Amino acid sequence: MKRYFIRRTINGFMLALTGLCTLTAVSLLLVILGFLVYNGAASLSWNFLTQLPKPTGETGGGFANAIVGSAELVLLATLIGSPIGFLAGVYLSEFSGGRFAFLVRYVTDILNGVPSIVMGLFAYTLIVVPMKGFSVIAGAVALSVIFIPLAVRTTEQFLQAVPQSLREGALALGATKWKSVATVVIPAASRGILTGMMLGVARIAGETAPLLFTSANNQFWSSSFSQPVASLPAMIYKNAISPYKDLHSQAWAAGLLLLGLVLTINIAGRMILARNSK
Amino acid sequence: MTAEYHRPTTDLKDTLVRAALWIFPMAILALAALLVYELLGLSVEARAKFGWAFLSSKEWDPSIEDFGALPYIYGTVVTSVLALVFSLPLGLGAAIFLSELAPRGIADAITFIIQLLAAVPSVIYGLLATFLMVPLLRSTINPFLKQYLGFLPIFSGPSYGVSFLAAGLILAIMVLPLIISISREALLTVPADQREAALALGATKWEATWQVVVPYARLGITGSVFLALARALGETMAVTMVIGNTPQISESLLAPGYSIAAVIANEFGEANGLHLSALITLGLVLLGLTVLINGVARLLIAASNRGQGKAR
Repeated sequence: MKRYFIRRTINGFMLALTGLCTLTAVSLLLVILGFLVYNGAASLSWNFLTQLPKPTGETGGGFANAIVGSAELVLLATLIGSPIGFLAGVYLSEFSGGRFAFLVRYVTDILNGVPSIVMGLFAYTLIVVPMKGFSVIAGAVALSVIFIPLAVRTTEQFLQAVPQSLREGALALGATKWKSVATVVIPAASRGILTGMMLGVARIAGETAPLLFTSANNQFWSSSFSQPVASLPAMIYKNAISPYKDLHSQAWAAGLLLLGLVLTINIAGRMILARNSK
Repeated sequence: MTAEYHRPTTDLKDTLVRAALWIFPMAILALAALLVYELLGLSVEARAKFGWAFLSSKEWDPSIEDFGALPYIYGTVVTSVLALVFSLPLGLGAAIFLSELAPRGIADAITFIIQLLAAVPSVIYGLLATFLMVPLLRSTINPFLKQYLGFLPIFSGPSYGVSFLAAGLILAIMVLPLIISISREALLTVPADQREAALALGATKWEATWQVVVPYARLGITGSVFLALARALGETMAVTMVIGNTPQISESLLAPGYSIAAVIANEFGEANGLHLSALITLGLVLLGLTVLINGVARLLIAASNRGQGKAR
């Protein structure tokens, strides 16, 4: 009987412990959000959104160029990456099978796991070296090589989830293979693919390491795509490691803005999908 | 899979579409090949000069052009292992709670929140680590560790806040969502009859979970650990901001160190010649490490998914 009591006690203790683990993990997010809002909200102002950074030592100024720069980089990277990723995903799911598909899938997964800083090195050797300078294009290419494998896998995954009967129905009605894919299968998976793409955009919007030596940074507006450009993550990093209190508070504001953006895209994407599954 | 849909007569448009689409998976393979080719190409100078000794040399001095990777490899491995030491028990515990105890609806909601945690950009983790965690370590936790556990070599020496420990802790938080969500999925694929059989034999809920369900899902859980390890090895921003950026090999976790990704982030912008080549070689080392570990992780997770529903 005593032994049973011990087992019961261990049971209760360990199960409570797993609950505690969960509580800790969830509260981490709340701590992060809370601390960012607490520190960032005070510095988030109209000036912050519309002004250029002030020279070191002067107070005030804003992140306007970084906000526009981030938008340029992410938009360009998405424009480069999404068609390639999407079409590769379509081929993998609908037009291929066997060893070739397995190989591409495996390589894509491996690419997904390549550290973003290595992708930055890759874009550096590919774009910065021949162009002899940091540029918007180099930054966008770095982000797009991170985006492409994400887009491939998400497209393929949601196409695979389309019921086989839809494909068979289209073919039975006399549609050719490509017509059934283009007019039946892809539309059926479109919401899921959109969600996946949005999660990918959210992911690259926060990437910092690959931008450090591709799009670098810029105190001013960037006049063309072959110029270095400021971006939110790079500015957060630069300000955070500087010794100035004023720059720190701007980093907090930018962090809050970036996190708000990333989480909004994330939640919106997941809601699109959730509505789909009902 | 596609073969059964082939029409007896080949459609010209079908063939054209298939051929046009074929370019894109080939582009992915080409991208991967190009990545390796470019890094090999630009690192050739450093690799020719130092050879394998690059990996075991402790010197890193751009002014006399002497480069060795050991302190960086050490820092990368120590912080990543530290991250797993903290995050594995916590993550596995949470995964068990979410798959075995919590009602499905609540578990899904919590998993959603945890997935948001995975979406937080690493530079923001770095920001929090710099201004929240490092001061806390410096003022409270490190003095406490030194007072009560200072006799251990891993807690010896002066403490500045920025350290292997700080980097390991922030990495642990960053990989936690990965461990929780993949382990939970692995646990959810364990068939109900496994649990019921254990309970019918008189096991308590915990005994059934720990001795039957968890071992059954071990492949998926191991896969999540490897994925987390690969993620931690390559993580750059948060580590750069709190590891202290000092290329030294110290047995004390409270001492500052350096990691491969951090030195690339800090020095690449101003490097040229042999220095640049040495940094790219470091990138190659990092790539090799993560590809190896990711490769293992993917195979484990694939094997775990295949075993789904099969009795053993």
